[in-house]
Amino acid sequence: MEAVRTNELGLRRDEWLERMKLFGLGSPAILLILVILVIPVGWLFYVSFIGADGTFSLENYERMLKRKSYARIFQTTFEVSFLTTGLCILIGYPLAYFIAGLPNRIANLCLITVLLPFWTSLLVRTYAWLVLLQKRGLVNEWAISLGLWDEPIKIVHNMTGTLIGMVHIMLPFLILPVYGAMKAIDRDLMKAASNLGASPRRAFWTVFFPLTLPGLFAGSLMVFILCLGFFVTPAVLGGGKVIMVSMKIVSNIELFVNWGAASALGVVLLVSTMVILWIASRFLNLEKMTGGGH
Amino acid sequence: MKTRTILTISAAVLATGAFAQGKSVTIASWGGSYQEAQSKALFEPAAANTGIEVKQETYGGMSDVRLQVSSGQVTLDIVASGSGSAARAAAEGLLEKLDYNVIDVSTFYPGLYNDYCIGGDVFSTVYAWNTNTYGENGPQSWADFWDVEKFPGSRAYRGKVAGALEGALMADGVAPADVYSVLDSEEGIERAIDKIRELKPHISVFWTSGAQHAQLMKDGEVDMTTGWNGRFDNAAKDGAKVAYSFNQALLDYDCFAVPKGAPNRDTAMEFLNEISKPEYQDDLPKYITYGPTNKAAYETGEITADVAAGLPSSPDNAAMQLPVSLDWYAKWETIAAEMYQEMLTE
Repeated sequence: MEAVRTNELGLRRDEWLERMKLFGLGSPAILLILVILVIPVGWLFYVSFIGADGTFSLENYERMLKRKSYARIFQTTFEVSFLTTGLCILIGYPLAYFIAGLPNRIANLCLITVLLPFWTSLLVRTYAWLVLLQKRGLVNEWAISLGLWDEPIKIVHNMTGTLIGMVHIMLPFLILPVYGAMKAIDRDLMKAASNLGASPRRAFWTVFFPLTLPGLFAGSLMVFILCLGFFVTPAVLGGGKVIMVSMKIVSNIELFVNWGAASALGVVLLVSTMVILWIASRFLNLEKMTGGGH
Repeated sequence: MKTRTILTISAAVLATGAFAQGKSVTIASWGGSYQEAQSKALFEPAAANTGIEVKQETYGGMSDVRLQVSSGQVTLDIVASGSGSAARAAAEGLLEKLDYNVIDVSTFYPGLYNDYCIGGDVFSTVYAWNTNTYGENGPQSWADFWDVEKFPGSRAYRGKVAGALEGALMADGVAPADVYSVLDSEEGIERAIDKIRELKPHISVFWTSGAQHAQLMKDGEVDMTTGWNGRFDNAAKDGAKVAYSFNQALLDYDCFAVPKGAPNRDTAMEFLNEISKPEYQDDLPKYITYGPTNKAAYETGEITADVAAGLPSSPDNAAMQLPVSLDWYAKWETIAAEMYQEMLTE
């Protein structure tokens, strides 16, 4: 009995020691997160409650309630982000499926093509879209000379142009994790499904698709979050009418004497994003979706 | 070994750079054809004549200065700025007082320099039109700019409130002389913004930079826009089909200021004195149609009568325009900007 207890104590001590050792190994990362994330975000919260006269004040938040433009800017931000994410899924998922079915060598080539835009500056890609889409741009000129339409159509300096630019930039962020998830699926499962009498469509929806969900969810989440903070593309392709939170943050820094006016916007964006993620996690098992489950 | 050699060499290069020249200033401006003109007419020749080494940067305006001053990391010695934002920055305590014992302003136009900011050029906010669409005789007043039946076509307008409300009120029938007194209340500002709301369906772009409105005209993206006169002249030189009028335009000036705590403050004063001299200012109109702030620049013979007639500050042109009121911007810009944003996001 005595020996068992000693052994148990020893095991417990070893476990504790191991945990401390792991904590020690993890501490640089914890410290890094503290320094580059927790402290700045805490500072952001703090500054957002400082008014123009340097004392504690709610004026930065009151302003957001008083002026209708702030609510509209948040609405636009989430609208653009949702639409971009949705379009990325519609375009990216079938493309990833197509590439995943190709022989490896060709698939690699395709993936490089998907990644190629990453090596070009975001600004350059955005201006390239402006050149293509504007009134006398390539798209309109060609379409008119081909007789597709008679008058130049408005596909830039508005929401359409913004979405085209953003979907193009965000697509790789969706395709890569989805492709990864698809490659990890054992294709024999599909054969097994059809062996059991499932039609190809049924096999896809009940076997293949659910297995790609973690990748799809991770990709969509990444696209959505990145979209929320987008600045250059809507600024250039939106024609000054698609105003997102990041743009308002910049103009508030220019306009108001204190940082608080801009920080409060950042805080509201952060909190509302977290609320959306929390609601999403109520309906979806986030951990399982992002591949972290057991 | 190799890294070490490179390090030694670069250290040596840095050291000679710092010691051999002695004096240097870092100047930030707005980029584009504007900074190119400043560089060719002012910065480069002044650097050559004084031996002061000039480093040029482009920047995003007084918010950059605010960031540098509040974090104590000031790298800029001289910044080019609009007169209005410089006045606001001065009120916030972001700028050094200019030393007029060093800078000679005896022949300057009164009102084009103050304690914190010395005028560098005079420019106009005008309405411009595509000459392919409307010919040489396009809109001749703000009322014409608003008249979509007489002048059908797409417009561009400024995405910020500065310089946006005055024209709208004139289009609404307010006499130029009364514009700022009407704007001196929230109702007056709302009246101007309502006028822009009326035109909004025809405004396809709200521009945010000078390079952008020049490009919009060059590409024929819009038929009419507001903007800064010099940018349009330079676009026209590049082949853009664009013309503009000074009638009812807004007369304004750009200036140079020194951020608080600038690392080379004294050299900056010296350099400002140099580039404010008439022999530099008289070259600026060769590169961009902005007028000098130093009267004596008209007397050197470099600015011909022809060129002078095209400058915003020539007596004939100035008489047609409304001088921008810095006092109004100091008092109302923040409120007006928020109200303007309401209109933009509708």
